[in-house]
Amino acid sequence: MQDNRAYAYYPGCSLHATAKEYDLSARAVCAALGVELREVPGWNCCGASSAHGRDHLLSTTLAARNLALVEEMGLEEVAVPCAACFNRLAVAGHELREDASLADEVRSVLERPLQGSAKARALLDVVARDVGTERIRDAVRRPLEGLKVACYYGCLLVRPPRALETDERVEDPQSLDELVRALGGEPVEWPHKTECCGAGLSLTRTDVVRKLSADILKMARDCGADCIVCACPLCMTNLDMRQGEALKAAGERFRIPVLYFTELMALAMGLPDAERWLKMHFVDASAVARRETAAAKSTEAQE
Amino acid sequence: MARVGVFVCWCGSNIARTVDVQRVAEAAGRIPGVVFATDYKYMCSEPGQTMVRDAIRDHRLDRVVVASCSPRLHEPTFQRCISEAGLNPYMVEMANIREHCSWVHQDKDAATEKAIDLVRMAVAKARRDFPLFRNEIPITKRALVIGGGVAGIQAALDIADAGYPVTLVERTPSIGGRMAQYDKTFPTLDCAACILTPKMVDCASHPNITILTYAEVEEVTGFVGNFNVRIRKKARGVDMEKCTGCGVCYSKCPVKVPNEFEEGMGERRAIYVPFPQAVPNVPVIDREHCRLNNDLKCGVCQKLCPTGAIAYDQQDEVVTEQFGAIVVATGFRMWDHSQIGEYGYGSIPDVISGLQFERLMNASGPTEGKIVRPSDHRPPKTVVFVACVGSRSENHGHEYCSKVCCMYTAKHALLLKEKYPDTQSYVFYMDIRANGKGYEEFVRRTIEEYGANYIRGRVSRIYRHGDKVVVKGADTLLGRPVEIEADMVVLATAMEPQDDAKDLARKLGISTDQHNWFSEAHPKLKPVEVLSSGIFLAGACQYPKDIPDTVAQASGAASKVAGLFSKPHLLSEPMIASVREEDCAACGQCVQVCPFSAIELVELNGRNGASRRAARVNEGLCHGCGTCVAGCRGSCIDLRGFTNAQVLSEIDALALA
Repeated sequence: MQDNRAYAYYPGCSLHATAKEYDLSARAVCAALGVELREVPGWNCCGASSAHGRDHLLSTTLAARNLALVEEMGLEEVAVPCAACFNRLAVAGHELREDASLADEVRSVLERPLQGSAKARALLDVVARDVGTERIRDAVRRPLEGLKVACYYGCLLVRPPRALETDERVEDPQSLDELVRALGGEPVEWPHKTECCGAGLSLTRTDVVRKLSADILKMARDCGADCIVCACPLCMTNLDMRQGEALKAAGERFRIPVLYFTELMALAMGLPDAERWLKMHFVDASAVARRETAAAKSTEAQE
Repeated sequence: MARVGVFVCWCGSNIARTVDVQRVAEAAGRIPGVVFATDYKYMCSEPGQTMVRDAIRDHRLDRVVVASCSPRLHEPTFQRCISEAGLNPYMVEMANIREHCSWVHQDKDAATEKAIDLVRMAVAKARRDFPLFRNEIPITKRALVIGGGVAGIQAALDIADAGYPVTLVERTPSIGGRMAQYDKTFPTLDCAACILTPKMVDCASHPNITILTYAEVEEVTGFVGNFNVRIRKKARGVDMEKCTGCGVCYSKCPVKVPNEFEEGMGERRAIYVPFPQAVPNVPVIDREHCRLNNDLKCGVCQKLCPTGAIAYDQQDEVVTEQFGAIVVATGFRMWDHSQIGEYGYGSIPDVISGLQFERLMNASGPTEGKIVRPSDHRPPKTVVFVACVGSRSENHGHEYCSKVCCMYTAKHALLLKEKYPDTQSYVFYMDIRANGKGYEEFVRRTIEEYGANYIRGRVSRIYRHGDKVVVKGADTLLGRPVEIEADMVVLATAMEPQDDAKDLARKLGISTDQHNWFSEAHPKLKPVEVLSSGIFLAGACQYPKDIPDTVAQASGAASKVAGLFSKPHLLSEPMIASVREEDCAACGQCVQVCPFSAIELVELNGRNGASRRAARVNEGLCHGCGTCVAGCRGSCIDLRGFTNAQVLSEIDALALA
């Protein structure tokens, strides 16, 4: 692997809106690590959420257009920060490679060339595996010493393994844990790494989301985590924005900060704007920046 | 000139309803070479057979065609019939006008024409029939039993009781197998050791049985009646003659190793007997772990042994012995649940296998029968049993049912409650398969009298939370998710063939199914035999089995061996391949295609003293399948009784008529 490699960058709708801080931190961290991200010009919806529940061809074609644009950029891989976008682009890419007749149908809708060569990569995977923990460790200026982190992968980052062509252990993925270790933090052993947060049910079945998110938040607390780190804007919404109502419904009183992994990296690497992004969260995450653990805080609160 | 007689059978109305049998007989009478043709209501009956014999005498027939049912049914009947009339039994041909004609057609005219065609073909073949003879093959009346579990033990005892010598080869240091690990046996709850150890002792003391433990079969050559088997007796490091089994050596050995017999839950020493009732009661030195073998100072066992039986420098010994029959009883292994991510990749200490639970319950197990959690040695209050873990699962590579798990899980739940009345057990099941004598009643008892909570559904996740093990699953009868905070989870993991089953199959020249279970010769009618003669199966090496089925099959295998040995000699099957050596170019194609390894290339004395090679068929091994005939490039192999000339003349009779 060459040192400074260029990837196409597909932010998806969230990173231009609710997950602005994910976008900013991702770009800053990658720039600092010498990873060139080139935003796909004229990208469109990835095909997740509404589309892939309604119409398979539509959701595949939406994803395929983005992949075709990546091909037109002359790049092989597109780094995708959002887990849902990544999943959609990767699964669609897999289907297009496996199913020639589907690929033909999609081409006829797209009316543009599509070779199927572009591969979607999760930004987490690009950072943890391509850049590698060694280079990340070298870039750390303020190691996260003593910070206990619950690494939350969510349901879409590693499933389904065959389509995503990942070598992660599906029920116990490791890349985020390794990354946190490289930052000097301490990933906690916890069982809810890939539990569902409720995802897209956020608006339609908020009650379900409250229950599922509360389960994850409580497990992170029970396993001694100071914060949760994730790699998905939807997970962030459910765990951060809905944290208050979820824990209230569960009869709990604690709060636990939730960060994007890129934000945690920025903090450890001492990037200038790192603390500013944390202010965009609903649950105060500044304690993490100050290295004051949430566990210590909640004990104080109880006292 | 051949004199053929044709006998057309009505088979009551089976044939006569659809085929005009009289017309067939008349047409047959006009076929060149046929000197007599008739029809009769039941040709296989005594009057029918008498009619055949009389016709042979009266018309000086030298070959016979019977147009009736499948040769599978009555060819032997008519072979016997004509040999009583003085003909070679292989001078009869069957034209199958029932299964191949009357039963599958409605149009009587067309069926009659077809029947005439079939008879014409059979006559053409019969005209080229020639006498065949069976050879006598001597039998070595000693049996080899591979595997010393309950299957091998039972087979060895039965063969030995029938009066024939048996060698029982077991690769671990003791016979006893899986059953020796069990606590109690369903559905009667006899203690496994109480019913097994007497049989083990009987084996050891039986004058007809030689036990070779810590030994493995390396190579098998030969054929039924005359197998040559190479056996490696691994170096035990202990002189079996001198050892008295006092146990000083292993009580003082300083090296501790996870105990395989306890499924990793206890420790054993580097010199050890696997369990107290081991047969033979002679320790083995585990060279991988022995200090001396790892360039460390030790020698404690040698110093302390009162009889000087420790022999560190003992070497493996390889022997080749002759056997007339082989019983394969190599058993199974348990699938490793660490492959299931949803259940924690095997990393949760209080999630154990059914076999581990069995050891925990066993009075001579690592906890002396106290059921405690491996993590903190506290007795569990809530125990979840999960059935079908890896079984009936395409994902995990076992589409089959492991057959015994429903029963041993019920047994575990019952015994747990009996030992610890304040525990509660839950059993997740797919469906309950309790089809054996007293089995259904046993499961009902577990549920109704012992209060096991049976939940129909699968477990989706198992994880640790604090000191609890959380089990998430579905209750598919109530249609809702279930979450149980358990202290301990017991997984009924799938049974698998031994990991080297395929290797042994290759050595024996027998076949396996897609999972590597050994294949029986016929799923219903030959469940003990394999396709190679003289080799029989017993127990779970064929497919998951419980103890009663295993023992029954072992006795079945033993009676097959005894039946084989009761004959003075074997008669070879005459319908086998033979090579015209003068035409053979020794290309070796037949050697490669033969599924029974029955053909080899041999040196012949050629012209002017030069030697040349040709294929030769081993008559003891050949099954007459005909693969080599089709594979022979020079058409110089013929199947006796089905020569190329015969088959082609049948085709001519059909196509050129």
